[in-house]
Amino acid sequence: MSAAPAASDRLLADFAARKPAALARVISIVENRGAGSARLLAALHGATGHARRIGITGPPGAGKSTLVAQLVRAYRSRGLTAGVVAVDPTSAFTGGALLGDRIRMEAVALDPGVYIRSLATRGALGGLSAATREIADVLDAYGFDRVLVETVGVGQSELEVARTADSCVVVLVPESGDAIQTLKAGLMEIADVLVVNKADRPGADRLRAELKVMLQVRSGPRRGQTASSRGAGTDLSGEPADPPEGGGAEGAHGSSWVPPVLTAVAADGTGIPELLGALDSHHDYLVATGGLAEQRQARLRARVAEVVDLELRARLWGDAATTAWLEGRLAAMDSGETTPFDVARELLKRSGRLLAGEGDDAPR
Amino acid sequence: MTASRPIRVLVAKPGLDGHDRGAKVVAAALRDAGMEVVYTGLHQTPEMIATAAIQEDVDVVGLSILSGAHMTLFPRVLQLLHEQGRDDVLVTGGGIIPQEDMNTLHRQGVGKLFGPGTSTSDLVRYIQDWFAQRERQEA
Repeated sequence: MSAAPAASDRLLADFAARKPAALARVISIVENRGAGSARLLAALHGATGHARRIGITGPPGAGKSTLVAQLVRAYRSRGLTAGVVAVDPTSAFTGGALLGDRIRMEAVALDPGVYIRSLATRGALGGLSAATREIADVLDAYGFDRVLVETVGVGQSELEVARTADSCVVVLVPESGDAIQTLKAGLMEIADVLVVNKADRPGADRLRAELKVMLQVRSGPRRGQTASSRGAGTDLSGEPADPPEGGGAEGAHGSSWVPPVLTAVAADGTGIPELLGALDSHHDYLVATGGLAEQRQARLRARVAEVVDLELRARLWGDAATTAWLEGRLAAMDSGETTPFDVARELLKRSGRLLAGEGDDAPR
Repeated sequence: MTASRPIRVLVAKPGLDGHDRGAKVVAAALRDAGMEVVYTGLHQTPEMIATAAIQEDVDVVGLSILSGAHMTLFPRVLQLLHEQGRDDVLVTGGGIIPQEDMNTLHRQGVGKLFGPGTSTSDLVRYIQDWFAQRERQEA
């Protein structure tokens, strides 16, 4: 993993020639924040923007990997290629990780139109999000039609997935508990499509009905909709008119996406065509409402902010004169002569030129 | 020494027998040693193993072979990796393999192979040393 520009040019040429080993190596460099990762990402930026990004999240054991494999198969049968990023947790104790999502994706493992990459969370909360988003960019630039990101299934990464993906699928199972648990876990806020998987088990219909009611309540006044604009009022008297499933297309005025609640048995492929349909509808909805462009702009904005943060920090704290100057001010702060806030202001003022300086390619 | 990044290892179980306990024990031991272990499960063909190794950009491929097919499987995986330009991957493993065959495979470019009764810490140390040496060469 050399930092030499010549090596990275060769890598980019192999990447452009669609060699899987080159794709895999680029992803590694990006994941490791290796030397040259910023340069690689910059070179690939122009090729991004084609793939639809789909996030799949849900509690452990909900069947996310199996569902991803089925989605990939369905996309392949439509002639679409797919890149998959599957994230598993890193042990906080050893730093190691056991990445086992490929086991469920065996059926598509040898298909040249499919690429599967297992990632470990590697502890750092922010790290996961940034790397996953950038890896999705790399897969996009490689030319995949669909990029699927499967999360660990616990913790804060869910919100990051929502920010990484255009459409977010939340997978639940009857054993996940009732809909209140789902509300508590915050999964409902990020779901564009809900799937009750393992729907052949008892309790699936009940969970589905509960989720629908919850979604109706949520999507009511809070999103600034009038009852009439939804075509059907929130009827609290029992079985309400179904939200427009996978539809969301309720005319141009004040339309809002109501996440459909689907059922599936991922293990045998039941419900997969419906899920594909719902994802297509959501994409159409995003295009029609300008939401897609908005999401992409939000990602770009966040990306610039991240890079700036890292770069500023590196320039400032990597500068020996600055850290020495700070050391020299410690006594004055300790004695109460000045305060950390004044010192911080002073430091920023004296570092103006340093911060604006010509930075080289110095990714973290 | 601490590596600049976690070592990535693919642990696979080729062949038709269903005995994957050894592979699982090894996978867990390597994880506990701080490595990122991609575990692919049973009945893997050399093609599946090589494809996974390339897609996952692993440093090491560890094969558990108890079926006696080691003289075909190891060279085939190695060959497939080389065809895709990955001649830098350490292919190692273990199982019921006669010393004579180990020597032959080693001459063909396969790494050290471990027989029954090997302590997992030997395996961990072997991989860590190999990785450290490669990092030094690259630096």
